[in-house]
Amino acid sequence: MTRRSTPTVRMAAVAAAAALALSACTPGSNIPSSEGEADPNREVSTDVAGLGDITLTIWDQEVRGGQDEQMTQLNEAFQELYPNVTIDRNSQSFDDLGTTLRLALTGDDAPDVVQANNGRSDMGAFVSAGQLISLEPYAEAYGWKERYPESVLQYSTYSEDGATFGEGNVYGLPQVGEAVGVYYSKSKLEELGVALPETWEEFEAALATAEEAGEVPIHLGNLEQWPALHVFGPIQGTQTAVEEITALGLGNEGASWTTPENTAAATTLADWASAGYLGEAPNGTAYDDAWSAFAEGEGVFLVAGSWLAAGLDTEMGEDVGFMAPPPAQAGDAPVTTGGTGLPFAVTSGSDTPDAAAAYVDFITSAEAMQILADTGNVPVLETASFAPESGVLKDVFEVYGSVTSEGSLLPYLDYATPTMGETLGASLQGLIAGQLTAEEFLQEAQTDYEEFTGSGS
Amino acid sequence: MKSSPVLAAEPVRQAGRPRRPSIGARSRLTPYLYLLPAFVVYAAFMIYPLIRAGQLSLYEWDGLSLATFVGLRNYQEVFTDPDLRDSFAHALVLIFFYSVLPVLVGLLISSVLHRARIRGLGFFRTVVFLPQVIAMVVVAIAWRQIYAPDGTLNSVLEAIGLDQLARPWLGDFVLALPAVGLIGTWVQTGLVTVLLLAGMSRIPGELYEAARIDGAGPVREFFAVTLPAVRGEIVVALTLTIIAALKTFDLIYVTTGGGPGNTTSVPSYEVFRRAFELGQVGSASAIAITLTIMIFAINLVVNRIGERDNR
Repeated sequence: MTRRSTPTVRMAAVAAAAALALSACTPGSNIPSSEGEADPNREVSTDVAGLGDITLTIWDQEVRGGQDEQMTQLNEAFQELYPNVTIDRNSQSFDDLGTTLRLALTGDDAPDVVQANNGRSDMGAFVSAGQLISLEPYAEAYGWKERYPESVLQYSTYSEDGATFGEGNVYGLPQVGEAVGVYYSKSKLEELGVALPETWEEFEAALATAEEAGEVPIHLGNLEQWPALHVFGPIQGTQTAVEEITALGLGNEGASWTTPENTAAATTLADWASAGYLGEAPNGTAYDDAWSAFAEGEGVFLVAGSWLAAGLDTEMGEDVGFMAPPPAQAGDAPVTTGGTGLPFAVTSGSDTPDAAAAYVDFITSAEAMQILADTGNVPVLETASFAPESGVLKDVFEVYGSVTSEGSLLPYLDYATPTMGETLGASLQGLIAGQLTAEEFLQEAQTDYEEFTGSGS
Repeated sequence: MKSSPVLAAEPVRQAGRPRRPSIGARSRLTPYLYLLPAFVVYAAFMIYPLIRAGQLSLYEWDGLSLATFVGLRNYQEVFTDPDLRDSFAHALVLIFFYSVLPVLVGLLISSVLHRARIRGLGFFRTVVFLPQVIAMVVVAIAWRQIYAPDGTLNSVLEAIGLDQLARPWLGDFVLALPAVGLIGTWVQTGLVTVLLLAGMSRIPGELYEAARIDGAGPVREFFAVTLPAVRGEIVVALTLTIIAALKTFDLIYVTTGGGPGNTTSVPSYEVFRRAFELGQVGSASAIAITLTIMIFAINLVVNRIGERDNR
């Protein structure tokens, strides 16, 4: 027996030694440190042609039709402009990029330019880990602050330690814009004898009329939990001050979820749900099923993002329209949830930050905006001027243009804290199902917000 | 072990050539040398990740910057965080739907199929086993359609006049978990049935004959002959299905995403969410390790109970 056990003991010893060797290195200690990051005051160059032969590695998520097309065209144009640059493009879906980017940034061979989601769990985390470089010097060199409105740029702006969102250094530039609004079926409104609502009051009246007529007032598919955020956001925009929502949405200190205004907003959503305004079973319907059903003629309104416009245009043609959530008073500036496409950022692991920044500048230039519009995307700048002649896309361009220039763009509420998407998603399902009261829902959100802002991170 | 030198020496004697066996062949380590290639692969892809996960679970790490050592705090959180505790409770509920129910249904189906000695047994076996062959994601998408508010299940209920029972199954705070669990029952019953059928086919016919002569009816026959004979198969079936229940991920991911609220969140889903979406790698590792230990423990108990009377 003793002889038999010897190898086992030896093996256990080896395993123990391996475990010890492992524990000697703390996770994350092998990641290239951010110490080597360029000095913010160093000379930046906008001269790309003089950099010699270089390869730029770009990671983007522009995989769908028009998105992919604009990227291909812009990459070709950039390489034509600077023959010494070779672009190595790696394109993945949004979900895939979100999960692989973390690993890619910490690897030895990090890409030069990456598309990083704005929120704290992505861009914020990368900034605080020193994986992205501040683009401030380039913003000055290229005049980006004049190119972009402040309300757009704040979504890719962080303090140097990543703690404050919306203030500090610019870390990325977006190409396209997106906004949540109200799609409506023109034929259904006509059938109901309801004019297009111009105020919030008229909108709620239209919902009631639709409900009485046996139509689905707002088609909501909330099985995935996040779609309800896009309905709650615009409702909140009619009740709560823009600054308050921005602070809550960006997860900065000094705001509160448990205010009378937010309570009124939450109560509205709960009332809509119990009155059947959100369809028969919002929590049991999948998002894609809901908007396809709307496209097939089920439902009067659909509260959703501009990203559905192309799909709805194909399905419904002239029957579908898009408007900003109606304001309290007719003619008031529109306020709605929205933001930008994923901003392009430059990594601290890039060997040629100058060329990377030049690339970011190039794909957000005025010529690039034209290419974006031509390929069916919503350019983030001068949006209204690119609007097509007719159709729902014209509405989308005009709504985004007027919201960014006259009105206010409210941040997606799940930007606030790394866990806020989950917290709000789960508790909004509860609110819609009548499991939670408006107060309980707000308390859940407040707890998450306080835990985050209170911890000082 | 003691016999190994003798064995090693034997071929030498047969060959009739008095040649000394090489040191390697004589060594007691020789068998381990043969195991080495497989062990290296196993260690690199199974043991190392397991140890590494164990190590990660002691840190608070976002996957990007330097980690901070927090000792057992992540584990403490597994037991104190109500959301996480719920997810483990949901996994236990799923064991009922994935294991207990399929074994009961499987026993019924297989004993009927076994007794009836019908023609085309192979056909029925295939039909029952079919859900096992389909990829889980496909199963989940299909069932999501069935459970949809205007899906097949509700249409059928309305067609037979049970309108008041129709509901958004996956969006119901109380019924979402049983609804997902029943998908598991549907999938696992086939596996269990086929296992049990194989076990029953090995029971000698004389046993049934003897039971019948003693005046046993079908029910008595089942409890006296069939059930004890397939005890081993039941243990295997329970082991496999309990593991499947506890590691459920794809089904939840596709059908409900943990909702409504948190009523269908399970540990495996939490591991994925925390590690890849929330950047809480340490906490995710702690859940994964806890889950691993739980699977080991439950199956150890099942196997002990199953083997107890066989000795």
